[in-house]
Amino acid sequence: MRRIRDMIRGRAGELLRDGTVNRVLGWTNGEFYYDPNPAIFETEKSLDSLVYNGFSAAMLSKYLIEATKKEGRVLVFLKPCDTYSFNHLLKEHKVNREKTYVIGIGCGGMLDIEKLRTLGAKGIESIDEEGENVVAHTLYGDKTFARRDALLEKCLSCKGKEHKVYDELAVADDLWEWETVNRFTKVGELEGMGPGERFSFWRGELSRCIRCNACRNACPVCSCLKCVFDNPRSGVQAKANADSFEENMFHIIRAFHVAGRCSDCGECSRVCPQNIPLHLLNRKFIKDINAFYGEYQAGAVAEGKSPLTEYATGDVEPSIVYERGGA
Amino acid sequence: MSNSAGIADMLIPRLGVVKNIRTDTPDVKTFRVEAPSGGVIFPHMPGQCAMVSIPGVGEAMFSITSSPTNTEFMEFSVKRAGFLTEWLHQMDVGQQVTVRGPYGNAFPVDTELRGKDLLFIAGGIGLAPLRSVINYVRHYRDRYGLVDIVYGARSTDDLVDIDEIRNEWTGHDNVNVHLTIDRPQEGWDGHVGFVPDFVKELKFPTTKTALICGPPIMIKFVLAALQTLGFDKSQVYTTFELRMKCGIGKCGRCNIGSRYVCKDGPVFRCDTMEELPDEY
Amino acid sequence: MMLKLSKDKIGELFQKIASDRTLYLPVDNNGQVNFGRWTPDAAVRLDQLKTVKSSKDFFFPQTENIVAFKRQGKDISIIEKRDANEPFVVFGVRGCDVRSLDILDRVFLCDPVDSFYKARRENGTIVSFACSEPEENCFCGVFGIDAADPLGDATIRVIGGDLYWDAKTDKGRALEESAGALFTQATALDSDAIKEHDERSREISGRLPLKDLDLDSFEESALLEKFNSPLWKELSQACVGCGTCTYVCPTCQCYDIQDFDTGHGIQRFRCWDSCMYSDFTLMAHGNNRKSQVERFRQRFMHKLIYYPANNDGIFSCVGCGRCVAKCPISMNIAKVIRALGGVSVSV
Repeated sequence: MRRIRDMIRGRAGELLRDGTVNRVLGWTNGEFYYDPNPAIFETEKSLDSLVYNGFSAAMLSKYLIEATKKEGRVLVFLKPCDTYSFNHLLKEHKVNREKTYVIGIGCGGMLDIEKLRTLGAKGIESIDEEGENVVAHTLYGDKTFARRDALLEKCLSCKGKEHKVYDELAVADDLWEWETVNRFTKVGELEGMGPGERFSFWRGELSRCIRCNACRNACPVCSCLKCVFDNPRSGVQAKANADSFEENMFHIIRAFHVAGRCSDCGECSRVCPQNIPLHLLNRKFIKDINAFYGEYQAGAVAEGKSPLTEYATGDVEPSIVYERGGA
Repeated sequence: MSNSAGIADMLIPRLGVVKNIRTDTPDVKTFRVEAPSGGVIFPHMPGQCAMVSIPGVGEAMFSITSSPTNTEFMEFSVKRAGFLTEWLHQMDVGQQVTVRGPYGNAFPVDTELRGKDLLFIAGGIGLAPLRSVINYVRHYRDRYGLVDIVYGARSTDDLVDIDEIRNEWTGHDNVNVHLTIDRPQEGWDGHVGFVPDFVKELKFPTTKTALICGPPIMIKFVLAALQTLGFDKSQVYTTFELRMKCGIGKCGRCNIGSRYVCKDGPVFRCDTMEELPDEY
Repeated sequence: MMLKLSKDKIGELFQKIASDRTLYLPVDNNGQVNFGRWTPDAAVRLDQLKTVKSSKDFFFPQTENIVAFKRQGKDISIIEKRDANEPFVVFGVRGCDVRSLDILDRVFLCDPVDSFYKARRENGTIVSFACSEPEENCFCGVFGIDAADPLGDATIRVIGGDLYWDAKTDKGRALEESAGALFTQATALDSDAIKEHDERSREISGRLPLKDLDLDSFEESALLEKFNSPLWKELSQACVGCGTCTYVCPTCQCYDIQDFDTGHGIQRFRCWDSCMYSDFTLMAHGNNRKSQVERFRQRFMHKLIYYPANNDGIFSCVGCGRCVAKCPISMNIAKVIRALGGVSVSV
């Protein structure tokens, strides 16, 4: 991905210089190798700190909601998965396509710093990405890991390397490729559980929730100007587990709100400080929508209607709940 | 105010009963509240505030508009602005409320303001915290010099406490009341114009000590007007309102820089604001 | 006098402590380690340097009932019922978290005292845990914390197959007495091992990448200069406005008070709040912190300028590094200190 970084640094400089874009939305380097943060670059000089590496997981598309309200055009780098989110934001008219210039960037899979720590990398001072390996230089010596073992959960079930929308591409033919798993496998396992077992699975996972709202705030389709949970009169306690089920409801309601709109980017689970597999809730909806209405993935295209906002006489009846609900 | 272990906590409120409701303006009502056994719920000093609540509806900070010299009841002048205040405006006499406080500092009525010529400047509902001081000063009239009150509102309908202003304040010995409304209105032969401009027109001598309250923007312009007249910021006091939850400087939201409005304020002498950021 | 216990007897120690009080310690819940209640089958994880949340919860819980009400017609009754305060032990608290309690004390125990917090502080015994292998996002040393020998009512060190116990206060000694039979006296040989452990730990702390964060310029006299810095806009631009940094922070103390209709009455509770949230300062007539720039600035100004201005220059950060590890977009106080503190970001 270093090659891509060099490509996009150069290209961003050109596009700024020739006036095609007024600013660039990318990632800037941080204190460590693994903590670049999203940033807006307005000068060619500032692009020196533009980074793109295995820790550029934070998606940029949601920032475009604000960025495209400004004068001028913004250049944005979208990984394949981020193009889905971008497309969906276009569909909902949250982002102005005219004010964006999209460079689709190749992705060799994003890394999970917490996985590296769990695998035994303590005191990570720097990291080298070397093909199928990741080398962590730590205070306690060097450690080498298989890249696949350190991939973010969302990358393990990557939807593919194809960019669904772009103005130009910056890809490299030597990007590391990995074997992916079916994204619905885990959902299937949960469906296979009895209601009691499934209930305790989610109660256990959600018991770690600290109500930080990171899942919501990072979600590209949670883009309401004012969230229902920020309304003190919503009848749902916004900030705390007033009772033990309140915060569970938050996640269930949120999953309903993004049903049919979720781009399955996996950011909700990536940003969760307690590592709750929130994406599984959304994937359950995607799986059901596929079964009821035919294959549909929000963000695969920017045009057309989505199954939950379009009525057709052949639509599934509510009674399906009883038919499928089971014991 | 104490739990089973006998520990008092400032977060636990007391009961009050609404004994009288007066409609001041289309969106301001003044509520007279007493302890269930009669009298004030707790003593306070002019400028201090209290948290008033209807459990289940909300709790918010209001300045206590009655003077401490009144030991029979407390008054709160409340502008209808949000969910809680809307509810308060709908309630009837006899409703119980919860009250906790008093919170914050007070105007230095017994120290720095003693013996001074006082200039009160208020806009709209901003009269509420100053009313407590004005009536305190009127009660101990001989402790203070000349009193001038500049009060303005959008229209005649928006002048709070107008009956008290006209019947009790105006003409009280050495108390001068100067009223203004923003735009001309039929039947009004008084001054028309914004409060800051009015203050400049009145050309008050700089021997006075000023107490200001109103919307933040008015406070800023009045302060500028006073400075044009030669006032030093150290001669000017103001009182603020920001979002509050605890009232005791712990919940962390009403700060202006390093000062908590609920605890270090709400009354600030304007020269001390110079070190604080403009975030109010 | 330092005491000693074989590491494989640690379960017995927990059992002993838990026999007459509640014991909280780092417990694994499906891969995430947080302080949790000890039970004989709890997955205790003393090998984990940092819990996701700090030990703050036990003194200032995320949600806490304050008072209840009943409303009938125009009448209100106030029902005061507090959770019984029983003695408890928090075991395995790192030096950063121990210090954080001093910082919280200055808020909750200053006049007027927060009686809920005070009761918990009085009932709680802190068994701190010396850090043997600090990590790269640790910077407690910047705040003068000695992770190798932290404060607390008692301190444990785990060296090789042994656990060393060092009672430091009456509370710690009381706990020691109740578990006395399990311990043996540490020997001169042990003292050498401890000395070596502490020296090694301090040597590593001295090499940590964030050890040189420069706080010199964060003083009250620079309040307006820092507040008005143009850098806040840039630093805050990626912030998504969530509360992760706040909720994993051991020193963040802001709270909200809300009412919850239980169906049987009104329960008033307080819960953690975050200055990063858009409604934090929202009032019916407006918001004095309108954008994320102001909210973001508030959090760091509070920790680095406002709190010290009111508390003898003590910073409201302990360098635990949780925000560094957990921010969804990798913005954190270390980057803020670098940017505003006058030391250029190392590239």
